[in-house]
Amino acid sequence: MSRYQGNKVNPSHLALSQIKFYLLLLPMAIFMMLPIIYIFTTAFKPADELFKFPPAFLVVNPTFENFKMLFERMATTAVPASRYLFNSILVAVLTVLLSVVLAVTAGYILSKKEFRGKKLLFEINTLALMFVPIAVSIPRFIIIVNLGLTDQFIANIMPIIAMPVGLFLIKQNIDQVPDSLIEACYMDGGHELDIIFRVIIPMTKPAIATIAILSFQSAWGNIEASSLYINNESLKTFAYYISSFTSGNTGGIGQGLAAASALIMFLPNFIIFIFMQSKVMDTMANSGIK
Amino acid sequence: MKKKLVGGYKPQKKSTTSVQGNKWSLLLMAPYLIGFFLFIILPVLVAIVLSFTNFDSITRPDFVFFNNYTYMFTEDTVFMQKVLPNTILFAAIVGPTSFILSFLLAWLLAQVPKLPRTILALLIYSPSLVGGIAMQVVWVVIFNGDANGYLNSFLLNSGLIEEPIQWLQSTKHLFPIMCLVTIWGSSGVGFLSMLSGILNVDSQLYEAAYIDGMKNRFQELIHVTIPSMKPQLLFGAVMAIVNTFQAGAIGVQLSGSNPTPDYSGQLIVNHIEDYGFIKYEMGYASALSFVLLLFIYITSKIVNRILGTDERKKKLPPKDIDENILPSMKLNKEEEDSANVAVSRQ
Repeated sequence: MSRYQGNKVNPSHLALSQIKFYLLLLPMAIFMMLPIIYIFTTAFKPADELFKFPPAFLVVNPTFENFKMLFERMATTAVPASRYLFNSILVAVLTVLLSVVLAVTAGYILSKKEFRGKKLLFEINTLALMFVPIAVSIPRFIIIVNLGLTDQFIANIMPIIAMPVGLFLIKQNIDQVPDSLIEACYMDGGHELDIIFRVIIPMTKPAIATIAILSFQSAWGNIEASSLYINNESLKTFAYYISSFTSGNTGGIGQGLAAASALIMFLPNFIIFIFMQSKVMDTMANSGIK
Repeated sequence: MKKKLVGGYKPQKKSTTSVQGNKWSLLLMAPYLIGFFLFIILPVLVAIVLSFTNFDSITRPDFVFFNNYTYMFTEDTVFMQKVLPNTILFAAIVGPTSFILSFLLAWLLAQVPKLPRTILALLIYSPSLVGGIAMQVVWVVIFNGDANGYLNSFLLNSGLIEEPIQWLQSTKHLFPIMCLVTIWGSSGVGFLSMLSGILNVDSQLYEAAYIDGMKNRFQELIHVTIPSMKPQLLFGAVMAIVNTFQAGAIGVQLSGSNPTPDYSGQLIVNHIEDYGFIKYEMGYASALSFVLLLFIYITSKIVNRILGTDERKKKLPPKDIDENILPSMKLNKEEEDSANVAVSRQ
């Protein structure tokens, strides 16, 4: 039996011997998916099905009632729903752009330049991977107040654009870019910015996509800023608004509204991830902490 | 993937620098550093300083030395009897379980071909895409206290219970539910990292190990896979820790009240909010923050020691591989190290 039978990990074809793995994986995948299936079915349930007893898991006559009601209900408040949605999209786009720019520029310097304290800086950043924002929500609040950022739109963005995990991933991936390419770019009279645009960005696209996804997720679901730093309703985000009216809404119609809003929060993350998943996996190959 | 990028090139130690380059280095580094300092380093420092003061957020903080800490450990009975044990128990259950589960799922996924793997990985990863608010919505309905809750209705119909159970308001059930929900949402970035780590183990390592007499998948896992992907394991572990502590607000989200019923689901994070934003005792809340950060730091040190990738503690044996057997090992250091481990274990 000691004869080499070919690599068992990452097989290229389906085989009968793999059945045992599916038997373990499928139940797990179903368990993970159940709550998400629930969101989908409930979001499209009409009122009579929401009030049905005992509750049915699947939807019989799907409708868009809940989404319509969700937006109508929001429209009755001082600020229209579209405003919250617009704020959220703007926050997400700006956060993604800024966090990518910050991570790429800093990652390039940290990876390819020699300076004093470089190793220490990267170690601090690696330590900061463990940073848990809610642990220091109070000092963060005090800092925001002292910077005069309360009730400013950028309070939604500023605190989350420096992402330790983003810098970490991009630095690990820029490490894989050969120095010879950078030197060649210097020879051609290239500037630091040329190197970033012509060498670093084209060669680390998967990592950039990954950071973009991670920062999108953190911005899209962020309610810290809206609930603590901003009092002006017209500057708050969709996530905050949904969280403010879904809590305590667990029966009947409220359930349908809650599921509809959960779906609105979930779908963008899910769709973006489906399109980017191969790039994310490429990036993760260099994600180890050494 | 990685191979394509590396392409047999060995990175050099020194890179190009010039005077003009230095100015640009600073300029390019500065935006990140400012954000990093203001919203990550500074909050930690402020928490430490404030933890030695009495601060109600209006009047000037006055210095009280270690009063907050002595109060925490001698007089705050809620903290010592409920919050601290809860937090330790929660971390001890959720952290290791989610880490091991993520690893096992990643390993199982690596045993099947690409298409089913991608689909299943997406399904398993998706809970972490749901995010805090939506997650709360789903689980609150599933565990709803009246007969309309999914779990209650299921149990009533199958005759297992007579009356609906107040899952989220009961001191007995809230804590296990918190653990379950957090574990459910825990297969995130760390899981992807470990999956990628397993898939990227050099296939020639397996080949070499089989030549040396390795027989089955279990040996493969112990002798080749795990030693080769320790960096990813460590990353996964750090992410598991973060995920565990970041989920600290889950009890309040599920039960809908802070404090949670009879403090049964109260974790340090909730206690911080209770003191900071409800009672406005910012100094004491900061002391709690600092204790939590210390807690996270110590946990990560323990994990670091267990996984043992810290090079200062564990020096790998010198390069003694026959390059004719494993020619690809010259590619980069990471793979060279893992090869050393794999070979030395035989």
